[in-house]
Amino acid sequence: MAEAQIKPLTLNFGPQHPAAHGVLRLVLEMDGEVVHRADPHIGLLHRGTEKLIEHKTYLQAVPYFDRLDYVSPMSQEHAYALAVEKLLAIDVPERGQYIRVLFAELSRVLNHILNITTFAIDVGAMTPLLWGFEERETLMEFYERVCGARLHAAYFRPGGVHQDMPVGMDADILAWADKFPKFIDDLESLLTENRIFKQRTVDIGVVDREKALDLGFSGPCLRGSDVPWDLRKAQPYDAYDKIDFSVAIGKTGDCYARYLVRVAEMRESLKIIKQCLADMPAGPVMTEDHKVAPPRRADMKQSMEALIHHFKLYTEGYRVPAGETYTAVEAPKGEFGVYLVADGSNRPYKCKIRAPGFAFLAAMDAMSRGHMLADTVAIIGSLDIVFGEIDR
Amino acid sequence: MALTDEATLAGDLAEHIAGHLAAAVREVAVDHGELVITTTADDVLRVLSYLRDDSRCQFKALMDLTVVDYPTRAARFDVVYILLSIATVQRVRVKVATDEATPVPSAVPVFSSAAWYEREAWDMYGVYFSEHPDLRRLLTDYGFEGHPLRKDFPLTGHVQVRYDEVEKRVVQEPVQLAQDFRSFDYLSPWEGATSLLPGDEKVKEGEADG
Repeated sequence: MAEAQIKPLTLNFGPQHPAAHGVLRLVLEMDGEVVHRADPHIGLLHRGTEKLIEHKTYLQAVPYFDRLDYVSPMSQEHAYALAVEKLLAIDVPERGQYIRVLFAELSRVLNHILNITTFAIDVGAMTPLLWGFEERETLMEFYERVCGARLHAAYFRPGGVHQDMPVGMDADILAWADKFPKFIDDLESLLTENRIFKQRTVDIGVVDREKALDLGFSGPCLRGSDVPWDLRKAQPYDAYDKIDFSVAIGKTGDCYARYLVRVAEMRESLKIIKQCLADMPAGPVMTEDHKVAPPRRADMKQSMEALIHHFKLYTEGYRVPAGETYTAVEAPKGEFGVYLVADGSNRPYKCKIRAPGFAFLAAMDAMSRGHMLADTVAIIGSLDIVFGEIDR
Repeated sequence: MALTDEATLAGDLAEHIAGHLAAAVREVAVDHGELVITTTADDVLRVLSYLRDDSRCQFKALMDLTVVDYPTRAARFDVVYILLSIATVQRVRVKVATDEATPVPSAVPVFSSAAWYEREAWDMYGVYFSEHPDLRRLLTDYGFEGHPLRKDFPLTGHVQVRYDEVEKRVVQEPVQLAQDFRSFDYLSPWEGATSLLPGDEKVKEGEADG
């Protein structure tokens, strides 16, 4: 009998699939259970953020950054605030810098809890998710206390942070930071040496050093591939250069290494949070440059000029001198960059958002070739994909 | 302090690159402590490969690729490559000017990550990348027309979609706005005004005479 040529089976995965982490449509060409080619179709959550930002003032653009990667909103505001500050050539007071670092690290914990636990549920472990969301709730209460919103913070603004932390909050964060390692230990006892979890993740989606750089990886995915690169160390911004912490790296570049890096990063984040709380000086949290910073609320009740000033700042905004910059921060998922082009008016001429997840998803094809269908789910989970930032 | 250190490092690297790539680059500059190289579409692959392979540069990762639209210019688009060197802790931006008709050679042979960035640039700006392995639209809807991030594309777009109960499918219609699109002119009368009050020109005349 002549050999029959079998065409590869085309399988449509998503866009409404619980393991797709949002609205990912993955078109897979399969040979039985083995993936021949993976073609992610994205853009189902595209909202035109970059176009909208071009039509808003610099301050009005801040809330759009919360809506990109909606599990770590403040880290993205951070990148934007730093970019605008660079163009304006203004400095942030020290307390403002420490508060930003503190909340950037709280965001990192918030993000890693969600990623690790949803990753675990993708490969069959239900309990971590239930435990993790309880912890996330505590952290989002800190968000709410400091800015009034659980997710869409709009707290980091060009020039500093919107307002100081409420009285007594540092003690509460410290109390949380003291008992949080217990949660990490519990989480690890469920996953790290779990036979099923390791069978699903070890040696799956391996990316070596050269390939990781070539694919534009960053963050835990790059460090999982044995590249000791962390922007907090390499190009420190705000108060990171005054803080002592270690960078976790993985040796194997597989899904399991990426998981281990994230767990280790949560422990390092706790160290940073404690140092921030201990070292944080008193003082202003927003720059004193009143071309950028709004007047105090109390002044506005008394002074007509302050009221006019406030009105002008929040309607017309401030002008940013012409120039361009690419500024990046180490967001929980990886390098989150903002390429900002200013033309001297009060609105950005162009604002390109470099989302870490975009490069990860672009690598889906290279990573999942030759793997089983179930492994693509593990790979997606380990890459930490959120569609808010990929589709923008 | 940090900025000056970075600027010196970037300055040294700028001299090095300008020395070795003199024929291929138009300009090497340091702007806000960041290295910017301007080149042409013909030379861009040579420049990118050099930046990746040279032992003093080692820009092994293409972190981002984007386009900036300047509709008043003849070559209206600037394609911007943002590279990162983790060995030297440096970033560089490579800029190439092009227009709607002139293709830019695809950077995929040099950096794999360029594949999706170029797809996005094609989708959003309509810049064509020649020799790209798979230049399809990326972010917009299937069957979308136009390039939405161009400056002459309206913020509201051209079509809107809704589910039609009669036809039992999603239909596309021209955009209808319930309220006119509002675009404010923020030009401040305090900072924007340049006109002289009648008679002010005499001050200058007096200076010239005296």
